[in-house]
Amino acid sequence: MRQMSNFNYSTNFQNALFPNPIFTASGCAGSGKELAQFFPLGEIGAVVTKSIMIKARSGRPTPRMAETPSGMLNSIGLQGPGIDQFIAEDIPFLQKAGARIIVSIAGESVDDYGSLARRLRGVPGLSALEVNISCPNVENRGQVFACDPIASRSVVEVVRRVLGGELPIIVKLSPDVTDIVAIANEVISAGADGLALINTLLGMVIDVDTMRPKLGGKTGGLSGPAIRPVAVRAIYQVHQAFPRIPILGMGGVASGVDALEMVLAGASGISVGTATFGNPNAVIKIKEELANLLIERGFATFKEAVGFAHRSENAE
Amino acid sequence: MKINRRAQQRTVEIVSNKKVGAYHHMIFAVGDMALHALPGNFVAISVGGPGSAMVLRRAFAIYRTHDRGNYGGTLELVVAPHGQGSKWLSALPMHATVDMVGPLGTNFGIPTEPVNALLVGGGYGSAPLFGLAELLKDGGSRVDMVLGASSAGKIYAPLEGKRAVNSMTITTDDGSAGTKGQVVSVLPGLIERHNVDIIYSCGPMAMLAAIQGIATQTGIMHQCAVEESMACGIGVCMTCVVPLRDEAGVIKMSRSCIDGPVMDGANVIWNSGGKIPAGTYGAPNV
Repeated sequence: MRQMSNFNYSTNFQNALFPNPIFTASGCAGSGKELAQFFPLGEIGAVVTKSIMIKARSGRPTPRMAETPSGMLNSIGLQGPGIDQFIAEDIPFLQKAGARIIVSIAGESVDDYGSLARRLRGVPGLSALEVNISCPNVENRGQVFACDPIASRSVVEVVRRVLGGELPIIVKLSPDVTDIVAIANEVISAGADGLALINTLLGMVIDVDTMRPKLGGKTGGLSGPAIRPVAVRAIYQVHQAFPRIPILGMGGVASGVDALEMVLAGASGISVGTATFGNPNAVIKIKEELANLLIERGFATFKEAVGFAHRSENAE
Repeated sequence: MKINRRAQQRTVEIVSNKKVGAYHHMIFAVGDMALHALPGNFVAISVGGPGSAMVLRRAFAIYRTHDRGNYGGTLELVVAPHGQGSKWLSALPMHATVDMVGPLGTNFGIPTEPVNALLVGGGYGSAPLFGLAELLKDGGSRVDMVLGASSAGKIYAPLEGKRAVNSMTITTDDGSAGTKGQVVSVLPGLIERHNVDIIYSCGPMAMLAAIQGIATQTGIMHQCAVEESMACGIGVCMTCVVPLRDEAGVIKMSRSCIDGPVMDGANVIWNSGGKIPAGTYGAPNV
């Protein structure tokens, strides 16, 4: 059996290199300080930060969470310190902890995304930007950017123009669309270097005791194992259409087997989110399990396995 | 800021599980996790077993810990079998193991000099107060305790707990034990009679809010262990927030697993009625 030490676990998103493909998902790793008690942040591929907005955000009233079968709804509401405090405090902590950093940005208008990109341009030590477009566009009746191909394109164009070639742009898409390949096509044309698939699905729980929606925000984002097949399908479809665009796969990954599914579907990286709530060491566990599964199957490098499920019927 | 500094993740064995009234008193062999726990801390337990559809942890206030004894370190919980997760946990047999993360959260602050302390517990919220009572008594303080619940079966008041305090008052909504009524009704009398300096409380948020009302009126310090639903218990999900004024007086949505559960009741914004309080840091402009 091939030894661990010969196995090349590295991955890349254009010119951003990572020693392994297992990242924390946006919004599921706090500031990094909380998980640092359980494992060294430098041991995972990257930390994808919570989605940062220009101004500080309080988030929504509680209840912010409802457990659902094999998953959960969240209506956190993008609580965060705002870009200035984030650059002053959160980034230095992550750098000191030896983590590779992917900053996630979120905005209410196209201009917001441009301003955020401008603030982050030139901040040293960042690996990439993840653009979270699952936000309501206040300039378009609150319709979510990611559900509108034109709005999605506008955001990515602005970010690309502001950043130039400095940092890879990974655009996070919503699965709540008729044709995710069409949205992917728009953002790739606009300059996306990679895609993050998928964000949460919009869901609701009605509390049968109060006989009202359970969440303070009424609806919430569904995450966890229940959505994994949706994520795998989205990754497969997009990789098939755009085999050269790297995909950061996520959606209910709780084990090495789950991660392997996404890799085979076409993911060059895997973000772990909800699983961390159930297990603080989930990210490390998944990193180790995935490596063992790939080695068992005879892969010498991680990259060889990306999209392996797409090979033709005759190949073996 | 210390975050999760003493916490560890560990597979722990159940060494005792006894039904006591409406609750289960469970004892776990936890090794050196017991060494770092203080009254007010909690643990987060994975429920349902491998492959379960329940993906989130359940949080339980620590009742007691012992760092020596037959099983090495032990940790005790008082579990109310209320939802799917707590029902699964309380039905586990001796020698079953669970995945536990702890100790987590802030602890009740112990004064450096003797004080007159009033400890108020609602339902199974009484559990962490007994360890606190012992620490306070060891430091020379006077400890009076009030326990309240809807009915007698929901009061958790073990015999050894009664010995740790100078006085114990019980209230039940239905009058099935002690005084009929809510805990707040007996507090003013006790505060005056015993010249109370500080109130420590644990129980439903409505009870804690009412106690703060009395603490504000009488100018007494009030430390409360708040209860807001948790998903992870370790500060990464942003679910368990409570509006809390910081040292600069700014209201922030603060995690009850990191900045709590023990909070200064005077800094908590009570009864915000399902809304973000006006003036909260980062609140939407209305």
